[in-house]
Amino acid sequence: MVGLLWLIPFLPLLAAGVIAVCKRPRRRLAAGLAIGAMGLSCLVALAAFVASLQGHAAAGPAREYLNFSWFEIGSTSVKLGWVLDPLTALMAVMVTFVGSLIFIYSAGYMASDENFTRFFGFLSLFAAAMLGLVIANSLLLLFICWELVGLTSYLLIGFWFHKPSAAAAAKKAFITTRVGDLCFFVGMLWLYSQSGTLLFYDHGAGCLEKSALEKLAVQTTFEGLALSTVIGLLLFGGAVGKSGQVPLHVWLPDAMEGPTPVSALIHAATMVAAGVFLMARVYPILTPDALTVIAWVGAITAVFAALIAVAQTDIKRILAYSTVSQLGYMMMALGVGGYVAGVFHLITHAFFKALLFMGAGSVIHGCHEEQDIRRMGGLRQYLPATFLTYAIGMMALAGVPVFFSGFWSKDEILHAASIWPVSHGPFLLGLVGAFLTAFYMTRQVALVFWGKYRGHQPAAHAGPEPEPGSAHPRKKKSAAGHKAAHGHALPHESPPAMVWPLKILAAGAILLGFLGTPAWPWFHSYLTGHHLSLELGRLFESGTLGVMLLSTLAVAAGIGSGWKLYGRAGQTRELPPDALETFQPQVFAVLRDKFRVDEIYQATVIRAVAWGGEFCHWLDQFVWQGCVRILAQLTLGLAWINRAIDELLVNRGFDRVCRRIQDSGGRVASLQDGQVQHYLRVIGVALAMLVLLLAWGGGLW
Amino acid sequence: MSMALTLLTLLPLLGALAVASLPAGRKELARRLGLGFSLAAMGLAMLLWNQFDAAASFNFVEQYSWIPSWNLKYHVGVDGLGMLMVVLTALVIPFSLVSSWHIEDQPKVYFALVLGLEAGLFGVFTALNFFHWFIFWELSLIPAYFLIKLWGGTLRTPAAMQFFIYTMVGSVAMLLAFQALYLATGTFDFATLARLAKSGQLSQSMAALAQNHGWKNGLGQWMPTLIFGGVFLGLAVKVPLIPFHTWLPAAYAEAPAGTSMILTGVLSKMGVYGFLRLLLPVFPHEMQALLPWLLGLAVLTIVASAGAAMAQKDLKRVVAYSSINHLGYCLLGIFAAAQATDARPLWADEKAAALNGVILQMFNHGISASALFCFVGLIERRAGGRRGLEDFGGLRQIAPVFAGLMGITVFSSLGLPGLNGFIGEFLIFKGAFSLVSWAAVLSVAGLLLTAIFLLTLLQKVFNGPLNERWSGFPDLSLGERVMLAPVIAIIFIVGIYPQCILGAINSSVMQMVSNLAR
Repeated sequence: MVGLLWLIPFLPLLAAGVIAVCKRPRRRLAAGLAIGAMGLSCLVALAAFVASLQGHAAAGPAREYLNFSWFEIGSTSVKLGWVLDPLTALMAVMVTFVGSLIFIYSAGYMASDENFTRFFGFLSLFAAAMLGLVIANSLLLLFICWELVGLTSYLLIGFWFHKPSAAAAAKKAFITTRVGDLCFFVGMLWLYSQSGTLLFYDHGAGCLEKSALEKLAVQTTFEGLALSTVIGLLLFGGAVGKSGQVPLHVWLPDAMEGPTPVSALIHAATMVAAGVFLMARVYPILTPDALTVIAWVGAITAVFAALIAVAQTDIKRILAYSTVSQLGYMMMALGVGGYVAGVFHLITHAFFKALLFMGAGSVIHGCHEEQDIRRMGGLRQYLPATFLTYAIGMMALAGVPVFFSGFWSKDEILHAASIWPVSHGPFLLGLVGAFLTAFYMTRQVALVFWGKYRGHQPAAHAGPEPEPGSAHPRKKKSAAGHKAAHGHALPHESPPAMVWPLKILAAGAILLGFLGTPAWPWFHSYLTGHHLSLELGRLFESGTLGVMLLSTLAVAAGIGSGWKLYGRAGQTRELPPDALETFQPQVFAVLRDKFRVDEIYQATVIRAVAWGGEFCHWLDQFVWQGCVRILAQLTLGLAWINRAIDELLVNRGFDRVCRRIQDSGGRVASLQDGQVQHYLRVIGVALAMLVLLLAWGGGLW
Repeated sequence: MSMALTLLTLLPLLGALAVASLPAGRKELARRLGLGFSLAAMGLAMLLWNQFDAAASFNFVEQYSWIPSWNLKYHVGVDGLGMLMVVLTALVIPFSLVSSWHIEDQPKVYFALVLGLEAGLFGVFTALNFFHWFIFWELSLIPAYFLIKLWGGTLRTPAAMQFFIYTMVGSVAMLLAFQALYLATGTFDFATLARLAKSGQLSQSMAALAQNHGWKNGLGQWMPTLIFGGVFLGLAVKVPLIPFHTWLPAAYAEAPAGTSMILTGVLSKMGVYGFLRLLLPVFPHEMQALLPWLLGLAVLTIVASAGAAMAQKDLKRVVAYSSINHLGYCLLGIFAAAQATDARPLWADEKAAALNGVILQMFNHGISASALFCFVGLIERRAGGRRGLEDFGGLRQIAPVFAGLMGITVFSSLGLPGLNGFIGEFLIFKGAFSLVSWAAVLSVAGLLLTAIFLLTLLQKVFNGPLNERWSGFPDLSLGERVMLAPVIAIIFIVGIYPQCILGAINSSVMQMVSNLAR
């Protein structure tokens, strides 16, 4: 089976390639290719899943892998490969299944977009990269796919690139995650230089296998930290970026500028979970020190984002912050040692969060591109199917007991946190997060689906940000119809292509939970390879039951208070000010402004980088160029001195000598005038003088 | 094939003469003839690439005695490095000529000069003896000067002047240094010099030279460093390394786009080539002694150029600074490979990784950066000479293919995996991290800054609402697509299957590494 694993990413890649080269307006072909390829991938993934079930041995999880050389360097070669183990199989099935549904949904959602084919091309490319990431048996291959999902995320967030906000959000997402990616990159280099390989499993020689791990654990770097701690934390840096953990979470809410199916697929179900997946993949490297950091970052993120979600009014942004918060839960789970709980929550979350996003898309679609929950209300009458599925998703996310998957997976996380020996902090934060999650989801559902429809008139009071989505191009076709009726048009239910995926996901959001209950922890035994059978008694063990009761209480409190504050708020056509806002206006403002993290970054990091750029430019213009100028001036000065010497000393002196010679020559020449009588006179005078001299001074000699 | 490399060098030279001797009115003929000659050279280069035997150390060697009394030989040959640079030159020149097709002002002279430049480049990349290597080195400078000076933008005269004088100063320093080497050793042959350097004889000879000339002891020990400094200066200006780079932004920005393509695509590689062929084998001890400084310069080049690129407002200048940044990675790899290590095979592999990365990066940068300049040139021409970062906006709406292909090139330039730029950078960093971790870690900042300014470029030019002024901005024509298709294909092929190039250079690199002093 592992030999065919490459088909899983290859099929969507092929579809993307064909869509890229075919002519633009072939919409049906593009959608058909993308959905078909994804469906086929899903079948292959299911086959792989079945294969991994069969190979399920008693001793540890079954694992098959296939490595090959990519290129040769020096006397070694850089190898890539893919691996089939329970983690891969689960992720592959989840991504292809949820992906297929979202693809089908997109065909309805994007039906009137002029760049429909490009959309499916990008989606397929994304699926290929994401699936490549999932099956990779090499950190390098994983990194490559990691960057490629980042690229497709960039392309799809900026899909409506003519909107400046979308273009800016795309850039922000790419650069913020790249900060994390560079940590990942350095961690990868370090791992490579120490272990000599980036393959995870390679017959005992891989970097996740015993010999390499032991080598890493005994080496220490600065401050006595084990090398594996440092490498693990650097890799975690990558996960922080990709999975929107504090402090690199700022890009994920802005990423909602992308079309809603993109938010569902990339920014809820799959790509953002890649960070959690990465941590799960390299779990053997992570030391207790590293895990402690991960647990705290996750716990803080879970509460931090949930607090922000309480005060948001954009339906997609609430879900985005909820995603950040839930990813925090998964990280926390891994950090406190609940490996299985983290992965389980990843899978259940993918289903119910994709469901919620697609439900939100259906709502937005039904309300003519309205995203502000204050201008919705009463939608359960107009969109019954959406309402029902959304309610299931909401209860799964909130963790309503027993019947919803979110309850079981979140409960496992809380259980793992409660028995973490290091600290009880994450457990308490997790409970607070559970309360907040139930609260903000109740608020959202109450404002959207209960009360009266408030979409006819402008909002009671405008939000801090201008209306998003007011300039959609996809309105172009449908706009004519909608615009004429604007102010009268009532919300409407979405087409079947959008509703059916919701129903299927809703079923998943309920049923999946039963794979991982404490009574029958199939998920646990599959992922770890330890067999555990159905045993109802485990449900009532004191620790398990206590945690369940506590989390149920938190959820009940959240839903109850949410309903009390917002359940009746939408009855009037004029929405009253937010109950929390009247209660605590300043706190609410801070939450609504997302703790002003963006502003803080703007004032510090971003400004510092911009100044750094200006500084480099200044260095260039004045220092380096200045040195060159000075050198040039020096050279010129030297030349001037040279010339001065030439002119003043050499030339003038030479001229003077010349002139003197010339003068004396002239004087001598004037004597030789060619007149014989003059010569004779001179000779006569000279002769006379000689005679006189001799006669007079003969005694001298 | 016994005269293959000489023939390769003579072919564009003949082409230059042929094109230059055409009557002035036959513009189209001149262009076609020029392109024909460059394509013929490309064909020949491809043939050589095909016949190239990676296992042998030097291929297609020709060696004739030239001036026996000076022990001068005409000695040419290519190893993996030289071969790849020959291929790069042969690819970039026709690319540049096609993109310069629109030049109406004396196209005959322009095309002839470019062919002359190509001959000089082939000469540089094949010569194995300093004497004629230097002749070709200088020969390539003169056409480049005239190309900037005669066809450049409004500030072309000072730019060309600065380019010429700057490079000349470097060349003179290098020439003096090599004359000193010749006095010390009596040879100009690269291989002989490297051998002497490895055995330690070279240092002795240089010290002896100082003594013979009556240099006092204190001064005499600086002789090798001085000679090294001369060669270093000549090469550092050409690459360029910060702070020897100030000629570059002006020259690249003022030169016509076709010339900028050659300047960044190939001419800048002469410097890096020199580092690999001369500095690394001949001056290993000097490099090791100065290593922290050299690495500091490489890091400075990487970070400061990326930082400066962020502050530019002119597309050509952005690309120019990005070019400095990318060559900075090459120098990081080279300096890392100069690091003194013990003889364990582990280090040899790390050095091999770094140097393979450097050579691959040279090729990749040559392709991607020349393509970027080509795109900027296309924008500039469509916009009537404007190329400010803020002048555009939303062009992707009306020119989607243009935006898509330029986007691919930009992402190749910022090192996206799957495209060609990544592998080179990855290998450089892999080697450098093991050998000199601090420099590698500091240089990572450059990768982030590169992403910032390149994505800003894409955002400002192609995204956002359409700037109505350019609503008539045409998308790529069929001809332009055909011109760019091979480049885009190379970007993908090298990115996905780097072995196609690494296979040809790896054994040369291993040879280089084994010749390095420990």
